[in-house]
Amino acid sequence: MASITAGQPEPQATRPARRSELQAERVRAARLFLLPMLVALTLVAAWPLFRTIYFSFTDTSLSNIGAGKWVGFDNYLSVRTLSSGKVITRGVLVDPAWWNAVWNTFRFAIISVSIETVLGLLVALVLNAEFKGRGLVRAAILIPWAIPTIVSAKLWAWLFNDQFGMVNDMLMSLGLIDHKIAWTADVSTAMYAVLIVDIWKTTPFMALLCLAGLQMIPRDMYEAAKIDGVHPIKVFFRVTLPLVKPALMVAVIFRLLDALRIFDLIYVLTPNSSATKTMSVISRENLIDFDKFAYGSAQSTLLFLIIALAVILYIWLGRVDLGGQKQ
Amino acid sequence: MNVLKTILFYLAVVLIVVVAVFPFYYAIVTSFKTGTALFEVDYWPREFNFQNYISVMQQGEFPRNILNSIVVATLTVGFALFLGVTASYALARVRFRGRTLLLLTILGVSMFPQIAVLAGLFELIRFLGLFNTPWGLVLSYTIFTLPFTVWVLTTFMRDLPVEIEEAAIVDGATPWQIITKVFLPLMWPALVTTGLLAFIGAWNEFLFALTFTSSNSTRTVPVAIALLSGASQFETPWGLIMAASVIVTVPLIILVLIFQRKIVAGLTAGGVKG
Repeated sequence: MASITAGQPEPQATRPARRSELQAERVRAARLFLLPMLVALTLVAAWPLFRTIYFSFTDTSLSNIGAGKWVGFDNYLSVRTLSSGKVITRGVLVDPAWWNAVWNTFRFAIISVSIETVLGLLVALVLNAEFKGRGLVRAAILIPWAIPTIVSAKLWAWLFNDQFGMVNDMLMSLGLIDHKIAWTADVSTAMYAVLIVDIWKTTPFMALLCLAGLQMIPRDMYEAAKIDGVHPIKVFFRVTLPLVKPALMVAVIFRLLDALRIFDLIYVLTPNSSATKTMSVISRENLIDFDKFAYGSAQSTLLFLIIALAVILYIWLGRVDLGGQKQ
Repeated sequence: MNVLKTILFYLAVVLIVVVAVFPFYYAIVTSFKTGTALFEVDYWPREFNFQNYISVMQQGEFPRNILNSIVVATLTVGFALFLGVTASYALARVRFRGRTLLLLTILGVSMFPQIAVLAGLFELIRFLGLFNTPWGLVLSYTIFTLPFTVWVLTTFMRDLPVEIEEAAIVDGATPWQIITKVFLPLMWPALVTTGLLAFIGAWNEFLFALTFTSSNSTRTVPVAIALLSGASQFETPWGLIMAASVIVTVPLIILVLIFQRKIVAGLTAGGVKG
């Protein structure tokens, strides 16, 4: 995958005699230029991450952040045997609410990204055909993407409103449901509501990335297939899909990592619903709202580990793939 | 057969457009309704009452929230572009040891779950005295705007021809002069794209804005909309929320439509190429 190939063409100095001296100067300048960015990233990424991990091993509370004491792995798992012989286990790893959030997160990420990929590809195929008003359609699908997540959450909360919402009204008049459904409040439908909004909002992104991949396929490939009389569906699976796959895979992985950390949509659309609470939502709840700062830190550390594992896997697979593509 | 195909194709096109546009259209229709009209489902606008717009701009701190969002997003963009241009020059044009590793680290940071740094950033922002100020948000937004900016600008700068840089080197230009005099004028398209995407990212951000501000007058627009409440706790002011939503979304949609091509190019550079 192309993501690893950044920085390939090397600007070479022309005169060999001055080359090393010039190169040394350029490297010095490069270090200087990189310094501000590195300082910024250390300050906002590396250091806070380190502190979060540290907090997860302490009993720090929100009201007095500096006063935490080291407690080892207690926030993750602590086993205590009472004098009566009863064993008490505590910590994130035995917390059913946490595992519920893990399950919600993965369920959400996998379902939403799968549907987005299929729909995105379909929309991209439509947009790849030549027809009047194509530019207009492309502009129209950018609208859900351009709307701030919080606004789309509120927008859809209104559409899904149990009493006065458009969705219930439409389904009732079509005769598909016989009573009004509290889409966002009911535990059995809350996840569907979240999925619908996320798919609506993110399919355009997928479609545009797929479209970029589709447009790189040479037209004469299709013409050759047409002359040979190959069925369009066969052309799609034999020509289009294999050629668009590398671009599609990168898009899928980006979206997957994005979906695993979802917070804002769920926080606003279905507040306090155990059916949709994800790892990010439950972590922030503990960190800020419930004054279980250290416990929330432990949860965010675990989320970080899960995503880091996914990123490492992606980079590793990307490298393997890269070697394969280069022959 | 062919006619049927064409009809089906255009049906698909119409379906795509309606699904994409309808929810926002419905929000606009709702924003012009007041009182009991709100509780009727209308697919066509029946009244144009600007009361919701007037209320949302007059009562509460909403104008202030818009200003906050503009300030925070603009500063974030400036910050990210300045740090991004110099860093991406070094990453794209100079060969040095550990460059690939550095690029991979930057890519890794862009995939960071923001919740993982929340506790640490909370402490840092309190420590620096930036809690409940726009600066705290500008600082924290760097974590997602900077890696993206660096990545896209590096991709772009790598593709610029070597010859122009060589000519400048022969003329005795320093690396700083090469960036400001040679590359910057050529990089406007990429700067507009990344700047715009960083602006949208900062404008829409919710988690940090929710956590690092605590009063109505320092909140940004997404938090203000999420927390907008009516006269009583049990009554959600849908008219006001929709009016506020339309106010903050329309400029964004116009911007995105104007810069359509650039944004799509930026997204694909950030997503497909890198």
